[in-house]
Amino acid sequence: MKLTLKVWRQKDANSAGKMETYPADNISPDMSFLEMLDVVNESLIHKNIEPIHFDHDCREGICGMCSLYINGQPHGPKRAITTCQLHMRSFKDGDTITIEPWRAAAFPVIKDLAVDRSAFDRIQQAGGYISVNTGAAQDANNILIPKVIADEAFNSATCIGCGACVAACKNASAMLFVSAKITQLGLLPQGQPERYRRAQSMVAQMDEEGFGNCTNTGACEAECPKEISLTNISRMNNDFLSAKLFREEEIAHSGE
Amino acid sequence: MELDGKVPAGPLANKWSKYKFDLKLVNPANKRKYDIIVVGTGLAGASAAASLAELGYNVKAFCFQDSPRRAHSIAAQGGINAAKNYQNDGDSVFRLFYDTIKGGDYRAREGNVYRLAEVSVNIIDQCVAQGVPFAREYGGLLDNRSFGGSQVSRTFYARGQTGQQLLLGAYSALNRQINAGKVKMYTRTEMLDVVVVDGHAKGIVTRNMINGQIDTHSGHAVLLCTGGYGNVFYLSTNAIGSNVTAAWRAHKRGAFFANPCYTQIHPTCIPVTGDHQSKLTLMSESLRNDGRVWAPKTVEIAQKLQKKEITADQVKEDDRDYFLERKYPAFGNLVPRDVASRNAKEMADEGKGVGASGLAVYLDFADAIKRLGEDTVRAKYGNLFDMYIQITDENPYKQPMRIYPAVHYTMGGLWVDYNLQTSVPGLFALGECNFSDHGANRLGASALMQGLSDGYFVIPFTLGDYLAKQGPKKVDENHPAFAQTKQDVIDHVNKLISLKGTKTTNEYHRDLGHIMWEYCGMARTEEGLIKAKKMIQELKVDFWKNAIIVGKNEEVNASLERGGRVADFIELGELMVDDALMRRESCGGHFRLESQTDDGEALRDDENFAFVAAWEFMGENQPERLNKEKLEFEAVHLSQRNYA
Repeated sequence: MKLTLKVWRQKDANSAGKMETYPADNISPDMSFLEMLDVVNESLIHKNIEPIHFDHDCREGICGMCSLYINGQPHGPKRAITTCQLHMRSFKDGDTITIEPWRAAAFPVIKDLAVDRSAFDRIQQAGGYISVNTGAAQDANNILIPKVIADEAFNSATCIGCGACVAACKNASAMLFVSAKITQLGLLPQGQPERYRRAQSMVAQMDEEGFGNCTNTGACEAECPKEISLTNISRMNNDFLSAKLFREEEIAHSGE
Repeated sequence: MELDGKVPAGPLANKWSKYKFDLKLVNPANKRKYDIIVVGTGLAGASAAASLAELGYNVKAFCFQDSPRRAHSIAAQGGINAAKNYQNDGDSVFRLFYDTIKGGDYRAREGNVYRLAEVSVNIIDQCVAQGVPFAREYGGLLDNRSFGGSQVSRTFYARGQTGQQLLLGAYSALNRQINAGKVKMYTRTEMLDVVVVDGHAKGIVTRNMINGQIDTHSGHAVLLCTGGYGNVFYLSTNAIGSNVTAAWRAHKRGAFFANPCYTQIHPTCIPVTGDHQSKLTLMSESLRNDGRVWAPKTVEIAQKLQKKEITADQVKEDDRDYFLERKYPAFGNLVPRDVASRNAKEMADEGKGVGASGLAVYLDFADAIKRLGEDTVRAKYGNLFDMYIQITDENPYKQPMRIYPAVHYTMGGLWVDYNLQTSVPGLFALGECNFSDHGANRLGASALMQGLSDGYFVIPFTLGDYLAKQGPKKVDENHPAFAQTKQDVIDHVNKLISLKGTKTTNEYHRDLGHIMWEYCGMARTEEGLIKAKKMIQELKVDFWKNAIIVGKNEEVNASLERGGRVADFIELGELMVDDALMRRESCGGHFRLESQTDDGEALRDDENFAFVAAWEFMGENQPERLNKEKLEFEAVHLSQRNYA
């Protein structure tokens, strides 16, 4: 296959960026999208041009490191996969492919196609956990959890933290990401004691990071490589409101 | 030198509990006077950092990824073993210990392995308490499945994403401590050296991967939790970023490197399609619970399959050889990984491999689908099947999967004693980056167990003993050793940056991988290894002459990062070959063609090789010195492994 790439190049966070055009020759349909970029980068290095920088690591769709806005869609044209799982057989010989980084004020560009998603970590640090010290746990089978609840919590827990939901959203909202964690822990019996406090802290941090609000467009759900559902957002709103209306006192008194 | 593993005396079952009592403690008020450096935030690193911070130590944690949640533990699929005996099928701590020692072909330390089996039950409790959503039965109890090398169901799992769920659990515990101010987290930061003062590890040197800044960090102890070195083969199931640099630089500062030739080739990976391939993808061992491995009985049929003249479902039952079930009726498709891999290679070598390259065998779910229905199979393995479809464009619900062995895990690593301390006092190694628990072959679902055992339940005790004996007085960063080590790192970086040759570091890495796979892969011979050693030495000289690294240090520079890692892999590759040459026996994943039984199984030589080989760095381009730790077996009887 022979392709033309239009790629966002940006030296660092403080420099202006622009689109550059590169040919991608000798591309096999069996290559993954990132392997195609590897081939292009090898040819750039041979010409002593700095390779296109992009984030990637596991290359099997689970680490959440890869990103890329491909032809206007996070993780490219196919549903429910990450960029590293996208293969070139999804494109046609002669295609022009536009590749951009995630666009969101809370995700500043680091270089070229890589962005800083540390805002996600800070939201998790604000409350995305159950407070249990190592060694303080009871026997695992003492906690009975109905299979449907465990499965539902698992579905929320499969979020890989890639940020496609934010990139897809016209408001750059992080609500799908945040709600997935709140839902996972909020569904489980172990998560009950801190349930409302958790929702408040995580939402407060989300707001502080500058993510936008949710207007129920559903683009996040459509683009999520792990198919995290909008139901998570409803659950989060429920917990958040419940915390605001009925549990302020309880939360204030449970501080560490 | 004869090494002492410091395994406590006394009966096996009491060693750890007695030892824990004998260890010195740091009192709660004094813990805040100690600074601990943790490098790597996978299962071992995140669990250690969180647990130590909970105890009151000040922790600095480092990872090269953009978030601790990305560490490669996240990709582990199948599950985690624990001797809970929830299934009432005869499991016990001793059985898990025994299976692990036997699976490792009697090349692991008894005391360590028993402790691992003992704390395995606590790991499951801890993870459930954190909210890890393990698979459950309808009654609300935890579900189990079977893995290779065992005849009980002791593997806990979260669909095909167990590593992800366990890591997110450890990550949440880590986040709680970051929020509490007890852990300071450094992301996109790569460790490039260890600072050693008067023989003790007192800090590290790092490079900030955003702006290239080289910094020093001091601490009372340094914990390396930096994973394995499977990427020395270029193609492996490891993440692209997985590397040996932290461990290797520590090795060059005095930490012995043990059993580097023990590498695990996983039997069920998606076969290679071409030279463009950047990594290989595993299909979880759990698939062998329901999938049946086979190859055509004759070369003629194999050739027709290779040329796509017929499809797999057209091969008659009588023309199929379910070779694992045939040769190992007791364990069937669930033999250990090294055995399954070697048998698949044997089929391919005999010309009975399938797929365009002939380098694959089938993993067939037709029977399982008939027995359980497609929906049940989808519920159990759906995400793995989807992954297979994405990569191969073939449908495993209709046609059997094509699988072939690929490098997956490294049992070798930094030598540690029972305390997880390396040969450099104050420098500890946890998880895959140490050598300790898996001998010459790791059983499935045991890597997660070991990483979390080391981090949650071993290091919090053994580290305290070291710290209590050292006292809280700190060597600060004004000590000349910090400036010197930092300068060494800067010089090394500058040397890499000055390389403006003609061959990319990726090309060197691929060349190294070809050498390692060909001569130090699934089958090794003296002749091949000698040849490989020479080729690697030539590759190293060529690298430092002709490699090309673009850009400068003071920026995001993937070319520089890759260059440093490849340079270290080349050096490690040579040591692996030395180790494989020295070990003239076969054991587990190390298969010397010169040493096999009449049936073609790995033939150990216990008289001469029942030891851990711990290599000592003697200077650049000097042969390394071999130190031995004798392996003593009290509880198990050494025998030829038999899975038939």
